[in-house]
Amino acid sequence: MVSQSLKQAFVGIVGAENVMDAEADKHSYSYDAAVLDPVLPALVVRPSEMDQVGRIVKLCNDNGLPLTVRGAGSNLSGGTIPSKGGIVLLSNALNKILEVNEEDMYAVVQTGAITAKFAAAVAAKGLFYPPDPGSQAVSTLGGNVAENAGGLRGLKYGVTKDYVMGVNFFDVEGNYCKSGSKTVKCVTGLNIPQLMVGSEGTLAVMSEFILKLVPPPQAAKSMMAIFPDIMTASRTVSAIIAAKVVPCTLEFMDNFTIGAVEGFAKVGLPTDAGSLLLIEVDGHPAQVAEEAEKVEAICKANGCTRIQVAKDAVERNKVWEARRAALSSLARLRPTTVLEDATVPRSKIPAMMQALDKIAKEYKLTIGTFGHAGDGNLHPTILCDRRDKEEFHRVEKGVDAIFEAALGLDGTLSGEHGIGLAKSRWMEKETNRASVLFSKRIKAAVDPKNVLNPGKILGE
Amino acid sequence: MADLNHMLKLLNELDDQIVGCMRCGMCQSVCPVFAETGREADVARGKIALLEFLSHEMIKDAEAVKERLDKCLLCGSCAAACPSGVKALDIFIKARAIITAYLGLSPVKKAIFRGMITKPALFNNLLALGSKFQGFFTTPVNDIIGSSCSKLLSPLLGDRHLLSLADKPLRGNGTIDTAPGLSGLRVAFFYGCVVDKMFTSVGEAVLKVLRHHGVGIYMPVDQVCCGVPSLASGDLKSYEDLVRMNLKVFGKGDFDYILTPCGTCTSAFHHIWPLMNSGFSQSERETIAMLADKAMDINAFIADKLGVSKAEPAAGAKTVTIHDPCHLKKSLGVSGQVRTVLGANPNLKQVEMAGSDVCCGCGGSFNLQHYSVSTKIGKKKRDSIVATGADVVAAGCPACMMQIADMMSQAGDRIAVKHPVELYAQTLG
Repeated sequence: MVSQSLKQAFVGIVGAENVMDAEADKHSYSYDAAVLDPVLPALVVRPSEMDQVGRIVKLCNDNGLPLTVRGAGSNLSGGTIPSKGGIVLLSNALNKILEVNEEDMYAVVQTGAITAKFAAAVAAKGLFYPPDPGSQAVSTLGGNVAENAGGLRGLKYGVTKDYVMGVNFFDVEGNYCKSGSKTVKCVTGLNIPQLMVGSEGTLAVMSEFILKLVPPPQAAKSMMAIFPDIMTASRTVSAIIAAKVVPCTLEFMDNFTIGAVEGFAKVGLPTDAGSLLLIEVDGHPAQVAEEAEKVEAICKANGCTRIQVAKDAVERNKVWEARRAALSSLARLRPTTVLEDATVPRSKIPAMMQALDKIAKEYKLTIGTFGHAGDGNLHPTILCDRRDKEEFHRVEKGVDAIFEAALGLDGTLSGEHGIGLAKSRWMEKETNRASVLFSKRIKAAVDPKNVLNPGKILGE
Repeated sequence: MADLNHMLKLLNELDDQIVGCMRCGMCQSVCPVFAETGREADVARGKIALLEFLSHEMIKDAEAVKERLDKCLLCGSCAAACPSGVKALDIFIKARAIITAYLGLSPVKKAIFRGMITKPALFNNLLALGSKFQGFFTTPVNDIIGSSCSKLLSPLLGDRHLLSLADKPLRGNGTIDTAPGLSGLRVAFFYGCVVDKMFTSVGEAVLKVLRHHGVGIYMPVDQVCCGVPSLASGDLKSYEDLVRMNLKVFGKGDFDYILTPCGTCTSAFHHIWPLMNSGFSQSERETIAMLADKAMDINAFIADKLGVSKAEPAAGAKTVTIHDPCHLKKSLGVSGQVRTVLGANPNLKQVEMAGSDVCCGCGGSFNLQHYSVSTKIGKKKRDSIVATGADVVAAGCPACMMQIADMMSQAGDRIAVKHPVELYAQTLG
């Protein structure tokens, strides 16, 4: 609950039409895309000017009100669930692209700008912003930076952190802070922009970003390679990289996912195939032609039973149609879809796949796995019905087992979805106690009242 | 209050349907209302969360849920784009019926649906009267579009630029019942309320096309509204009354197809009647299924069943751009056929607008309840149309034609708004 006078203070900042406290509205800000229980905020505010943000943050800090910033609410680890109630600050009206600099290849953009719209605006000026999370049609850049979002091009182009040159933000007292630079090289002081990346709104309220842009690849070639089993496909992934070819995209799909895609999207995949790889190389046309040939040869040498190299844009689109349909096809099989992103070193993918198979059998779970094989970022997707309490209990056990397996293989809890609420209790296991305490000291120093997105990443 | 068991059944169906929502939020990228308001309760995911609250915890604040549920165009964009195949449109229609059954129908809607639309004789007479006297209350503003504005301050009409009621409704032709000609086909013609009373030229064009191609016509004048406006307001009783009246008229099924020139009416026959049929008897449900199989949009019928040849645009041809109505493209998958039909007119050169399938913002009663948001969405559509430099915009849905006409007339544009079948009919002798 927020008192009437406090509510009026928020109204004074953003106007009555941008303050919501009706039960029906609060319900629609109680969740994100993670399969976790919803928590209602006390109040939702939607600023449209940057100076309003600072005043909101200060008001929250002065009154010890938890503050959760929400962009599109598309994140998959509970980072935008207002787990301690309090205030939800909607960032989606702060969505201006302030500058796209072609000469120096950077852009300045507000936190609520939508990723795909930003990428399109940049592309219109002949530049390229590579991070492409699956949610890019709705996700905000603020959310991408806060969660350090990845995407299909991670293998060659990296993730969001590789493009953040500067972050401007409001500290918990509402002071406007600048960090980073528009220069390619900047080593001034602490690397605050990188501290902000992946901090999930626990350290400050980010407002604007300076993002690095790169020249777009001149050409690209895609192919789909079918394999009899997971092992041959996994070996091929390592063989491609070992041959010093770094595709921009190297995606994997297991037999169950292939069956689901074919059952729904009917794109002509062989349902008896053990697994498939979807590969794209890009760059200079000559390099693309050479690398595509090399990849094709490596696939064939490693047990690929069929390879389909796209001859034109239409065929290329067909290759990616299969990948785009993966989650949709799986999601339609059962009511609830638990999408995880346990990530392992590339060489450990076969072992991880074996572990997933064992987990599925042990907990009697239906798991389809697809994902970014090139960077070891797998998406085991558990299909279930959340209303079936017994089944969902097995799912929770299975998810724990997946994290355990990934960490046991020198992997990580999250390749691109963040930690949020879902994985905070595993943090010590991946790092160590001292490391978590170090992070907690940073958090306590910059947010002594624990106002900013409390409970996320580091738990209680 | 509707039958409680019926409502409980709907509530259970709702629970089974909403559980499929992954809450990924992808519906945000296509929802025209969310694009204007940025509020989660205005997009499918937010509404589904509210409904989960409704069905799990029973009804604590049904008024608030209703208010937010009503703020939806029922355009189906979210369902068409949903990765996990959640049928949001079906969910919202059922939810509106449940909430209205619980809260009761507003007096205004009761008067409109139960006092007027379900009483066809009275409804037709009232609008005939309106047609006679409309000139006293309106002033013409745009001769190309044929729009007028109200002379009087009216909270219902506001600043809208309106199209006139026809001097004589289409039903004034009397019942038509002819045998198949050269085509060997016979169709029932369901013209829909707006074509009957406002766009009679669209109805006349349909008749001309059918006669030209030797298609037998069954056009009964005792047909009534398809029921979608009642259902969209959650009034199951009026909806079922109207469907029953139409089942009596078209129940014999002595025709190959039942055609409409309205995406929403076709969608009603094809999709909504079978979806919302639990209040009907077994034999009525069978008739509904028969009509669903035979229902077809006029553009699809011309392109897929009659077949037309593409004509090369003549010198000096006018340019036409095409708006793809939501129910026509997203619910029925009809869009290429519209282009085929228009391609048969040598006096037209097609030019695509950006976002041809983006909703125009009408949404039936949404336009009345949320005119400000409706107008913001409509203005974007108007801008897309104007940017093409077209002389004509074609839309296969009378409601979209009204909304687009309002937007363009208010902006002073001199672009004609036509139904594709009108433009096709121009090519026939």
